[in-house]
Amino acid sequence: MEFGPHLMLASLEGAVISAILVLTAMGLSIVFGVMRIVNVAHGEFFMLGAVLAWYITTFLGGHPALGFGVALIVAPLLVGCSAAFADRAILKRINYDPDRTIVATIGMLYIIQQTTLMTFGPEARPVEAPFNHRLSLPWFEFGENGFVMTWPWGLSTTSYKLFVIIAALTVLIALWLFLTRTKIGLIMRATQQDSEMAQAFGVPVGKVYSWVFGLGAGLAALGAVLVVPIQQAHYLMGHDPLLLAFIVVIIGGLGSLPGTVIAALLIGMSDGIISVFFSPTLAKIIATFLVAMVLVFRPQGLLGKTVP
Amino acid sequence: MTSSAKSNLLHFGMLAGLVILFFILPIYHVGVLSRVMVMAIYAMGFNLLFGYTGLLSLGHAMFFAAGMYGFGLAIKFGGFPVPAAFVVGLMSAALLALVVGLLALRTAGVAFMIVTLMFAQTAYLVVLYFGKYTRGDEGFILQQAERSLFGLDLTSETGRYFTAFTLFAVCFIALAKLVQTPFGKRLVAIRENEERARMLGYDAGRYKLYALIVSGTVSGLAGVSYALLFGYIGATFSTVQYSIFPLLWVLLGGAGTTIGPFIGVLFMFYLIDISSGYTNAYMLIAGVVLVLLTVFAPKGIAGTLKARAFPWLP
Repeated sequence: MEFGPHLMLASLEGAVISAILVLTAMGLSIVFGVMRIVNVAHGEFFMLGAVLAWYITTFLGGHPALGFGVALIVAPLLVGCSAAFADRAILKRINYDPDRTIVATIGMLYIIQQTTLMTFGPEARPVEAPFNHRLSLPWFEFGENGFVMTWPWGLSTTSYKLFVIIAALTVLIALWLFLTRTKIGLIMRATQQDSEMAQAFGVPVGKVYSWVFGLGAGLAALGAVLVVPIQQAHYLMGHDPLLLAFIVVIIGGLGSLPGTVIAALLIGMSDGIISVFFSPTLAKIIATFLVAMVLVFRPQGLLGKTVP
Repeated sequence: MTSSAKSNLLHFGMLAGLVILFFILPIYHVGVLSRVMVMAIYAMGFNLLFGYTGLLSLGHAMFFAAGMYGFGLAIKFGGFPVPAAFVVGLMSAALLALVVGLLALRTAGVAFMIVTLMFAQTAYLVVLYFGKYTRGDEGFILQQAERSLFGLDLTSETGRYFTAFTLFAVCFIALAKLVQTPFGKRLVAIRENEERARMLGYDAGRYKLYALIVSGTVSGLAGVSYALLFGYIGATFSTVQYSIFPLLWVLLGGAGTTIGPFIGVLFMFYLIDISSGYTNAYMLIAGVVLVLLTVFAPKGIAGTLKARAFPWLP
């Protein structure tokens, strides 16, 4: 394959990575924005979504689309509810103190991960995609015979990958409408701006926190259900999404939702492109280091305005 | 008896107890105890920064690994004698701590934790990237001949135990004294109220940097000791998990106390040792302990004892 088609393939991969990443990072960002806490267990909620998707599709059997459709709704709901429960049982008791919350969520990380290891096992397990048509893509070239359309070998994608991108976009728009057009969204934004004042106006801040924590975890789980037909379910799969989501949230500006979306696109695309052309380890080293540097020299993030 | 006399008695009593234990414990537990003492050095290094200065780093594994690889690579590829490699290991950890400190200490609070976490992740990936020398996750072994210190056989339980004991005792006493000096008191002042410490005229930024360097070097010493005594060097020791462990140990034992780190390591080692007989998901125990500690006993064992029964506890 020539450079051009290769690059296009890499950007398509990047777009899929971005689509998943934007959902995961959005969850982390909403939790940070409203509750001012860093949820280290976020990657495990992602993993839990994927593992639940495997259980649901295996349990239901039948056509893959049936199980997948159910998993797409049930898995995020279950994960969201268990996260809300964890918020009530643990985080509420320590008063959302930033330092202690980090330690507690590290504990939650190991509890979720190791419980999955004990029940689900150490194997990676696949979930079948609901549909998976191979779509060849054309490539346009300006050669001796003028402008020609060719079908280079290997330049193709699957209908499922396109579905992931569209699904992520839909969820994102729904989330935006939810936050800006509904009363619950209004209450969340009020809590984000000033939780004490919100409480004074009768907003049940404690409940809002549980809802937000559940919503954040649910978004991660949703991303995982979408990714699981491409990447298998495994008990350690939460590690990379957590780190990437961290990176996105920091670059986008802690708690800034538009910043998170832009950063997710940026990181996802560059991750897709860099790891096609260079060593993935080197790409990760550079990305991680640069993010630490952003945090050191621009703690408000590239787009954020207020210092948290 | 004054409280400083009591604490001296406690410290030396504990060290004497460790010597006696060697002669009465079965060989298996002697081996465990050598490992506990090495890891307690690591925990004590972490404790100086977290317990006394109030800075929570989530990336201490990089200092441990810097010491370990500085020592191991100097022997494997530099052909250094053991004492020189020992110094190389310490210097690498100190240098890394200096660089990380200059950068990371520009941030505070949650940002400091994430920055240190990111730096440690970078360090881990660097170890993997240079897999040709470091042998990545698989790691490499230092043979007995390559790591005998002054003719001591460090593969025998006796040699290993007493070398670990000596290193532990030196760090233990030195750090216990350090936190009693004006320098140590200033670190505590910064932990309690940084704003106020600065108002009193102390250069808080400089003291935090010093604390990080000392803490990183002691953690590096633990890495060097591990490589020296057990002869294994691998990338596992630079993973996030090994940054979480000292936090767990120190929280369990009691942050900001001299004996806390050792107690925490000892408890956690036996907890994991016993539970790994039943399940391979032994990190579950670590998770449960972390959550229970943050919710019910944020002061840890020694901290709770100090608050409830023995106010003189150092």
